[in-house]
Amino acid sequence: MIFEVLPQALANGLVSGTILAVPAIGFTAIFAIRLYPNFMIGAVATVGAYAGWAANTSLGLSLWPALVVAFLVAAAVGLATEKVAVRPLEPAGPLTMAIASLAMAIVLENVIRFIYGNDLKGFDTPLERDVVWWGIRVGPQQLRNLATALAIMALLWAGLRFTRFGRAMRACADNPDLARLKGIEPVRIADVTVAVALGLCGIGGMLVGVDASVDPMTGTRLLLSVFAAAVLGGLGSIPGAVVGALSIGIVEELTVAFLSPAYRLAVGFLVILVVLTFRPRGLLGTATR
Amino acid sequence: MATYIVFILAIAAVYALLAQSLVLVWGQSGMVNLGLVGFFAIGAYASALVTTDLAAPVVIGLVCALVAGALVGLAVTLSTLRLRDDYLAIVTLGFAEVVRIVASNEIWLTNGTDGIAGIPSLFDRSGGLWFHVKFAVAATLVCLLAGILISRLSRSPWGRVLRAIRDDQVVAAVAGKRVVRYKAEAFMIGSAIAALAGALYGSYISYIAPDLFQPLITIYVFLAATAGGNSRAIGATIGAYLLVAWLEASRFLGEIVPGVSAVQVAALREITVGLALVLVLRFAPGGLFREKNEKAPHAN
Repeated sequence: MIFEVLPQALANGLVSGTILAVPAIGFTAIFAIRLYPNFMIGAVATVGAYAGWAANTSLGLSLWPALVVAFLVAAAVGLATEKVAVRPLEPAGPLTMAIASLAMAIVLENVIRFIYGNDLKGFDTPLERDVVWWGIRVGPQQLRNLATALAIMALLWAGLRFTRFGRAMRACADNPDLARLKGIEPVRIADVTVAVALGLCGIGGMLVGVDASVDPMTGTRLLLSVFAAAVLGGLGSIPGAVVGALSIGIVEELTVAFLSPAYRLAVGFLVILVVLTFRPRGLLGTATR
Repeated sequence: MATYIVFILAIAAVYALLAQSLVLVWGQSGMVNLGLVGFFAIGAYASALVTTDLAAPVVIGLVCALVAGALVGLAVTLSTLRLRDDYLAIVTLGFAEVVRIVASNEIWLTNGTDGIAGIPSLFDRSGGLWFHVKFAVAATLVCLLAGILISRLSRSPWGRVLRAIRDDQVVAAVAGKRVVRYKAEAFMIGSAIAALAGALYGSYISYIAPDLFQPLITIYVFLAATAGGNSRAIGATIGAYLLVAWLEASRFLGEIVPGVSAVQVAALREITVGLALVLVLRFAPGGLFREKNEKAPHAN
């Protein structure tokens, strides 16, 4: 029985973990540059999911352009909210900013609820037959989501690695004072980081929504898995978030297959506790400050 | 109408108790417990289970809630107190979610999403209005006692160390204070108070279910504590009464505004709460009752 279920669970975990990596990169990038945990990511993911859904069903766009809409709307709404509501609290410290971001998450979630209600919304996707390879069953849409997530990560990696802006951003994460001495503007770096990171959350929300459906809690349900992925990889480490997300995705699917589907999310919390107890800097993080 | 007003006063006392938990943990010690509602739930379930399944007296239920709250508080903080404070925020936020998942799925223990009904109360329910009055008075007294306890604790040398840790952890450690231990103690007392609030709440409304313990409640209480003044019991208490007044008033306002559905009224209410919290944090971070400035004692 194990040999039938295990490969399928691993495949599911790889797919869901790769998609999870997109918002997890967003969460950890904001932590690296802004030095506070931004709890808006879940609600912003929902905003992206709804934006993509509206573009797909009302404007009739296909999924690729809808994904761009999801990114842009989530980035714009997220950056505006961060700049107006959260950033002015910077002098009060990172914890106050974290609380404010949670409060704004509630606001965003309920703005969506006010406009669209609590009903589930489905994307306009064709019905397709699952692909079966060596007894592993995957949906074509899942494969396309997987490819999208991989492409986005490759793009992001290239951007961080090769562009001038990417270098400036990494310098800022590494040593903000030194970066400023070199003429890097911290405010611009912060703006772009927050916009891109929250845009990524929007994409993550939409990818999850395409696979299932969209409702006001779509993004919030991702929160615990994103935390687990970021903490396991090391808070503030982007490669860590990817490795963490893949591991969490697999662990969650193994829990579903062998333990109980209900505890899919709880297992992420367990991982957080274990990591923080024995190796707080995570798999790839630098020593905690 | 009288029953309704007394009911609101009783619920406000429960919120006030939750807000006082934040006074100790957040206002005095600088730790952010974003899983407050999880401890509220732990207390409600602990006391409900002992008083229904084991048929223990209600007072024993309250004691069990206190103990359960403190122990779970210790378990949650054990892995994070040595780290930066934001790790605690992440862990507690996740913790509240996990409490709901466990309460929904361990059906043999908690009866799952159906919840536990018929939880016995301190007083005879057949008393009608008197039942509500008695409970409101009892809850207010408990709240008062907790307030006195927290005020005394904050004035004690122990409380002074907490504020020193809140303001500068390193300096407190250099002064020879065992930072982790103080934080763990404060967090345990705080989560025990939140659990007690949960036990009182469950025994009052006689029914609990996982859906009653939404993360939103944590935001409510943060608003109450910040608006009133997060470092003083009196401030947090008054903040809680103001909060409950607004939550109830918004119900009636929703009925007056035409063309807005019930879901939309609820959404608007949560929007106002979220915005109010951000506005208070920004423009009135001290709240109504600010922390008193402490003068250094004269050197003799």
